[in-house]
Amino acid sequence: MNVLHLTAVIAAGSLIAGLVGALTGLGGGVVIVPLLTVGLGVDIRYAVGASLVSVIATSSGAAAAYVREGFTNIRVAMLLEIATTLGALLGAALATHLPTAIIAVIFGAVLLHSAYVSLERLDPAKAPGKPDPLAQRLRLDGVYPSPSGPQPYHVRRLPLGAALMALAGTLSGLLGIGSGAIKVLAMDRAMELPFKVSTTTSNFMIGVTAAAGAGVYLRRGYIDPGLAMPVMLGVLAGSLLGARALAATPSRRLRVLFAVVIAILGMEMLFNGLTGKL
Amino acid sequence: MTSHTRPWTDERISRIIATLLRSGVTSAAALVLLGGSLYLARHGLEPASYRVFRGEPSAYRSVAGILGAARHLSGRALIQLGLLLLIATPIARVVFATAAFALERDRTYVLVCLIVLATLCYGLGAGGP
Repeated sequence: MNVLHLTAVIAAGSLIAGLVGALTGLGGGVVIVPLLTVGLGVDIRYAVGASLVSVIATSSGAAAAYVREGFTNIRVAMLLEIATTLGALLGAALATHLPTAIIAVIFGAVLLHSAYVSLERLDPAKAPGKPDPLAQRLRLDGVYPSPSGPQPYHVRRLPLGAALMALAGTLSGLLGIGSGAIKVLAMDRAMELPFKVSTTTSNFMIGVTAAAGAGVYLRRGYIDPGLAMPVMLGVLAGSLLGARALAATPSRRLRVLFAVVIAILGMEMLFNGLTGKL
Repeated sequence: MTSHTRPWTDERISRIIATLLRSGVTSAAALVLLGGSLYLARHGLEPASYRVFRGEPSAYRSVAGILGAARHLSGRALIQLGLLLLIATPIARVVFATAAFALERDRTYVLVCLIVLATLCYGLGAGGP
């Protein structure tokens, strides 16, 4: 395969990765890593470097639209980024001391279970609960655009959400992937944010988590320009398409897509953990 | 109303953050596209091999190396330069948010942003080779 051919194949796959990543708040890594490693026989380290680039491109590309349209909750994102970035540092420091294969298997099982729960309850009853005093003091409550006009919402259980975010950060530092899934689950399930606010706020946050790791990967020589170029341009185009589609897509359909993608991610994690590929 | 009297609200911060992200990503994409075209024009028909990890040459691994090679219009260095800009974009939005919350006189969130920024800088600096 020559360079032109490879570039075209990667760009096409990246377009899909960006579209899915922007709609689910997961970034494009779920698609990019298996496409490069299993599909094209690329070494895992180059694939992880390209995946990191795809996460930053999806995040910043789609976030520009989501922030302006009022989906993203910037205060929630900034506050929880403390937990994710500190967690990521902790995870990177622990990576050499912990059995990452076993952690990947446990994480994979948790994701498969979450996918199952998400599919079982596609329309969780989210009665606008009582406002939470801590969230109110931190001015976290917000309003988001819905088909029936602006919809106010409350943020609940902040400490639990922050703890899950720290876990998400630690896992991303340990395993190099997968922080978006727990971010969305923490905001959707624990903090009871509307689903579209959860996915777009996760999308906003993953760029910062990935940027923290990108410097290290660049210095280690994991980021190859020949691979990163079609990944970045393809993912960016896909994420812009995804950002356009989000407002018009019913939350229910997004939940199905999210569940399917985290199920695939869970299987990837189980596979990588069991075959010792981490 | 001039910008001096316009109040700093969350809506205004959001609009500026959206513009910041868009400009960062657009200029990064333009550089990657330019570098990519040069790279493909020069090396497009060569065989591609990424099966074995060799690590990037030092010219594509450090800011100084990338800047040096980009000056000679190396396609791959221009791509890396675009990627550096892409990596800098989310960090720039944390820096901007810090300043914006300061103008909004929201001390809690200035502190929040500073903690995130400090952690990011530590992570970027402490990674080692």
